[in-house]
Amino acid sequence: MNLQARYFVKTALAQLLISVLLGGLLLANSGLRLHPWIGTLLPVYYHLLMVGWATQLIGGVALWMFPPLSRERPRGDERLGWFAYTALNSGLLLRAVAEPLQLIRPSAWAGWALALAALLQVLAIWALALALWPRVKGRPGRLTKGVS
Amino acid sequence: MPRVSVFFIRTALLQLALGATMGGLLLAEKGLRLAPWLWHLRPGHIQIMLLGWTVQLACGVAIWILPRLDAAGSCGCLALAWLSYGALNAGVALAALHAPLAAARDADDLGWMLLLAGLLYALAAAAAVGYLWRRVLPFRNLPRPAGPERNPS
Repeated sequence: MNLQARYFVKTALAQLLISVLLGGLLLANSGLRLHPWIGTLLPVYYHLLMVGWATQLIGGVALWMFPPLSRERPRGDERLGWFAYTALNSGLLLRAVAEPLQLIRPSAWAGWALALAALLQVLAIWALALALWPRVKGRPGRLTKGVS
Repeated sequence: MPRVSVFFIRTALLQLALGATMGGLLLAEKGLRLAPWLWHLRPGHIQIMLLGWTVQLACGVAIWILPRLDAAGSCGCLALAWLSYGALNAGVALAALHAPLAAARDADDLGWMLLLAGLLYALAAAAAVGYLWRRVLPFRNLPRPAGPERNPS
């Protein structure tokens, strides 16, 4: 497994752990009403689980296992993958901080931080899709037979 | 990789990019509060990310990577897989378009879109299961057929 895929998968595992802890806290809060602010973490929980865990894990495994692009450059331009990794995780981190703040006490700072988090995550996903796109391919000449 | 897997996975990547862009617009709206009508995209964002991205990608990868039916690497008849692809994407399109269209028309007569989307999802799932079921196989040694090229990737 190459270095980039290991970064994606290990960060996804860490985010699974964080999101499950957060989910447990949200469940406890809905049962015991610990503090009203805890409920503001619900969208962060959903996105850590679905983007930070599921999508990031899929991205890492796909960057590792999808068919190589060529013998010389099996993974194509790896800068796209690194950009996706950095932007996705910085966007998620910024969101995890700014979204509860914006819900608890709206401010211009938190609003612009959310917009920046959105931009980072969208750019990350586009970069990941671009990195994977050319590697989704069949073997030339065998595509029509239902065989790769 | 069979052609149907290429279609499944590339469409999943397109829907990931589309769903993330919609989600980004929603998050930016939450921060800057510039265009409240963007919230009509939220149901579509959820449908696209759950069904159009994750379920579709899983189906595409499963069709590619589950054990082949014989040593020549045959995937068998792929008609059910294609049916699943068509039904899934038609369902996602209907479910994602419902809320914006209903808001634009200011009418409540588009419930049939969601009903049809649900039926298409069920058809897509049944077709995918029907196709993939026989590809879930134990490890086995198959006699290698004659011929120079038998190395499925």
